[in-house]
Amino acid sequence: MARKVSQNRKALVTVAAWAVGIAIFFPILWTVILSFKSEGDAIKTPFEVLSANWTLESYSTVQERSNYLRHFWNSVVLSVGSTLLGLLIAVPAAWAMAFVPGKRTKDVLMWMLSTKMLPPVGVLVPLYLIFRDFGLLDTRIGLVIVLTLINLPIIVWMLYTYFREIPGEILEAARMDGATLRAEILYVLTPMAVPGIASTLLLNIILAWNEAFWTLNLTAAKAAPLTAFIASYSSPEGLFYAKLSAASTMAIAPILIMGWFSQKQLVRGLTFGAVK
Amino acid sequence: MATKHSRAAARLMISPAVLLLLGWMIVPLAMTLYFSFQRYNLLMPGMEEFTGFTNYRFFLTDPAFFAALLHTLQLVLGVLVITIVGGVLLALLLDQPFWGQGIVRILVIAPFFVMPTVSALVWKNMFLNPVNGLFAHIAKFFGLQPYDFLAQAPLASIIGIVSWQWLPFATLILLTALQSLDQEQLEAAEMDGAGPMSRFTYIMLPHLARAITVVILIQTIFLLSVFAEILVTTNGGPGTASTNLTYLIYVQSLLQFDVGGGSAGGVVAIILANIVAIFLMRMIGKNLES
Repeated sequence: MARKVSQNRKALVTVAAWAVGIAIFFPILWTVILSFKSEGDAIKTPFEVLSANWTLESYSTVQERSNYLRHFWNSVVLSVGSTLLGLLIAVPAAWAMAFVPGKRTKDVLMWMLSTKMLPPVGVLVPLYLIFRDFGLLDTRIGLVIVLTLINLPIIVWMLYTYFREIPGEILEAARMDGATLRAEILYVLTPMAVPGIASTLLLNIILAWNEAFWTLNLTAAKAAPLTAFIASYSSPEGLFYAKLSAASTMAIAPILIMGWFSQKQLVRGLTFGAVK
Repeated sequence: MATKHSRAAARLMISPAVLLLLGWMIVPLAMTLYFSFQRYNLLMPGMEEFTGFTNYRFFLTDPAFFAALLHTLQLVLGVLVITIVGGVLLALLLDQPFWGQGIVRILVIAPFFVMPTVSALVWKNMFLNPVNGLFAHIAKFFGLQPYDFLAQAPLASIIGIVSWQWLPFATLILLTALQSLDQEQLEAAEMDGAGPMSRFTYIMLPHLARAITVVILIQTIFLLSVFAEILVTTNGGPGTASTNLTYLIYVQSLLQFDVGGGSAGGVVAIILANIVAIFLMRMIGKNLES
C-alpha cells in the first residue's frame, strides 16, 4: 500500500518537474524551432509556425551576409586564449598557495577575490582611453588581456580549492620512496591535479564566451565576438526572427553543451568553494 | 615543514598573478579617481582642468542619478526575490525522486549558459514584441489587446529577463545544498510527527540559510552591473525608465564623451559595490577557516 502511494507521488512529481523544466527551457527551444523556419513563417502564430515547412535557409543567409564564422572564431580565440593564459599564470600561484601555504596566503586569496568585486563600469573610462592610446580598441589581443585579468581571481580560487584536496600524505609517501621533486610533480601531483584543471578550464571558457560588458564596449567590427555580433541584431535586424534565431542557436549551442558537462563544477567554481 | 628554499620558490610562483592583479586594480582605479576631479570631455580636447568636486556635485544632484539608483535597487531586489523564492521551490521539487531527473536538471540549468545578448534579444523579439511576439499571439488568440511590455513596463520586463537567466543558478546551488541535508534527520522529524511545513521551516530552511546567503551575495555582485540586457532591449528607455547605474555611466562616458562626469559616476559605483563586497568577503572568509 505504502509503495503504491509513493509511486503515485513519484508520477505526480514527474509531471510537475517536467512541466517546469520544459517551461524554463522553452525560450531556447522556441528559438531553435524558429531558426529552421522561413522568415515569413517565423512571425506567424505558434500553430502556423509549427506546421510550416522546415528549412536551413536562415543559417546560410546569416553566414553569407555577415561573415558569421569570423565572429565565431573571435569568440573561440577570446575565450580559449584568455582561459589558457589565465591558467598559465594561475596554476603556479594556486599550486604554491595550496602546497606551501604561508601566513598571508589567506589574505592574498581574499584580496584576489576582492578585485572581482570592482564594478567594470567603474574603470570603463580609463580602460577605454588606455585601449585607444595603445591601439588596442577592437583587437583580439586587447580583449584576451582584459578577459584574462577579470577571470584570473576565479581561476586561482577554483584551482586552489581543487589542489587543497590533494592529500599531503601522498607526497610524503612518494618522498619516502625516494622520488625527486621532478618525479613528484610529474608522476604524483600532475595526474591528481588534471581533473581540477580541466573543470576550471571548462567553466572559464563558458564565462569568457558569455562575457558581455567589455566585449560590447571595446570591440567594433573586426574583433567582435558573438556577444557583440548578436547585439547588432537589436535593431532593425531583430525584426528578422528566423535569422536572429539561427545566429543565436549557433552562438549558444557549443557553450550549452559544455555547460551541461560542467554543472557540478559550476556550483563549486562560482561560489568559491562555499557550496559543494 | 616548508623549507626556506621552497618558500622562496612559492613566492616566485605567486608573484605574477599578484603583480598582474595589482596593476589591473591600481592603474585604472587611480586614473578613474584622477579623471573624476578633472573637467575632461573628449569632444573638447585641450580644455582639461582641475575642477574639484564639481563632477561629483553634478552627478549626485542629477535627477537621472536618483532614478538610476532606484532602478538599480529595484532590479537587484526584484531579481533576488524571484530567483530565491523560485529557486527554493524548484530545488524542493527537483530534490524528490522522479523519472528523468537528469534530463530535467539539464533543461532547468540551460538558461544560465545563454549569453546575455542572446537571451535579451530572444525575449525582446520572440516573446515580448507587441506585434509578432508569442505573448501577443496568445493575447490575440483570446481576443485581448497585446501588451507592449518593453514600452509600458520596461524595468519589470528586464527584471523578468534577468530572472530567467539567474533562476537556474539559484536553483542549482540550492539543490546542491539540499542534497547534502542529512536524510536521517528528516526521517526522525517525520517519525516525531513533524508535518511537511514544519520540516521545511525548522530543518530545511536553516540548512539552506548559508546557500541562500551565498546566492544573494554572488548574484548581487553581478546584478549591480547588468548592462547588455538593457543595451539591446530598451537602451535605458523610454526616457530613463530602465537606466541603471552601470548604464547611466556608460551613456555619460562613451556616448556623451564626458570623461570627468563618467569617472565620478564610476567612483560612486565602486563605493556602492564595495559596501556589498565587504559582506561577501566576510562570508567566504569565514568558510575558509572552517
